Amino acid sequence: MQRRSYELIETHIPSLRRYALVLLRHDEPRADDLVQDCLERALSRWHLWRRPGNLRGWLFTILHNIYVNDVARAVARPDVVEIQDYFPAMAVPPNQADRIRLREVTAAIQELPDTQRQTLLLVTMEGFSYDETADITGVPIGTVMSRLSRAREKVRAASWGETRENGRRIK
Amino acid sequence: MSDLPEIPTEDEIQALVDGRLDPGRRADVEAWLSENPDPAARVAELRDISTVVERAYDHLLERPIPARFQNMGSRSMTRSPVWRVAAMIVLIAMGAAGGWFANDAVGPGNDPDVSLARGAVKAHQMYAREVRHAVEVPASEETHLVAWLSKRLDAPLRAPNLDDQGYRLVGGRLLPASESGPAAQFMYEAESGERLTLYVEQNLVGGETAFRFTEYDDVSAFWWKDGPLAYVLIGQGERDRLLALARATYQELNP
Repeated sequence: MQRRSYELIETHIPSLRRYALVLLRHDEPRADDLVQDCLERALSRWHLWRRPGNLRGWLFTILHNIYVNDVARAVARPDVVEIQDYFPAMAVPPNQADRIRLREVTAAIQELPDTQRQTLLLVTMEGFSYDETADITGVPIGTVMSRLSRAREKVRAASWGETRENGRRIK
Repeated sequence: MSDLPEIPTEDEIQALVDGRLDPGRRADVEAWLSENPDPAARVAELRDISTVVERAYDHLLERPIPARFQNMGSRSMTRSPVWRVAAMIVLIAMGAAGGWFANDAVGPGNDPDVSLARGAVKAHQMYAREVRHAVEVPASEETHLVAWLSKRLDAPLRAPNLDDQGYRLVGGRLLPASESGPAAQFMYEAESGERLTLYVEQNLVGGETAFRFTEYDDVSAFWWKDGPLAYVLIGQGERDRLLALARATYQELNP
């Protein structure tokens, strides 16, 4: 029973770990603790999964709830300041543009409030529908849409805005 | 439907970006955008961001699954000491000892990035004040220094050239890193005698991170991870000045 259910869950471990890692700003030990808690809870509540249901969505929902209840409170790094302004408007050779763009966007994502980061990642990185994202995060779909819009606007402002203001937009 | 398509709502704009707008309405919205360059430019930028986000974290899917997850299918998991030992043996066999395990073992309050920065700052404080024995291998033997450290860290190192920033390479040394084996330290010096160190260790987690900033005692540090290596640049003075040096270093490392 345990083995069979684990086999079904197993295929989702890479994407759960990726989501947890980005959610926890690349704090690997904490991210893997979160995934482990999620898997343990899924296995212990296996009877609650309604087949044929969306197992991936169910697992992300469990992970989300654990994160909100347990982890978010513990994440505090008073001695570390994440910086927002790296690589603004640098003059760079073209082969670096993509990498810098990547860094700008990922840094902007790290700066987003939790709820906006979750929504953006679930929709864009994980490809969940708006309905699924609403289920996972436990909010109405209207809230998903407004979080998504605000998240994207902040990322846009952080990356495109700066480079454009300085007249050296990197594309 | 009239000739003038209805102005799209913000939700429709988001759905368009995600490819989730129904086809009929999508044609209308695209027609409207073709007449409205500013919203059209915004949509293009949002699409560009989505493309970046979709791919930005793909490399994280490739990480090997830790033993602690692989064991879960056969028995109920607990974080017992016995399990920790078993996991460590597997990890060592994989050649990936350290990393999450070492940190997990000392409790969730231990942030690996903070310990990286802390180790680098300690090394800076230890050697930057040394006058005669600041380095193990001097800059006059730079080629040997870089080859040696690259061999020990099992990754292609470079000693960035910071001459344009007013810092010349003094030399470097090998150090014990906190968890990931050996670390390298390159030391730089300004005309004024002010010193800067670049600390490099293996990046066991993989992937890239943003620049991060922290201060310890009287020094400041920027650190970042880039592929196989993690870097910490440490110096005195203003954060903005150190940031400029960190950018120059990054560029030198990624020509």
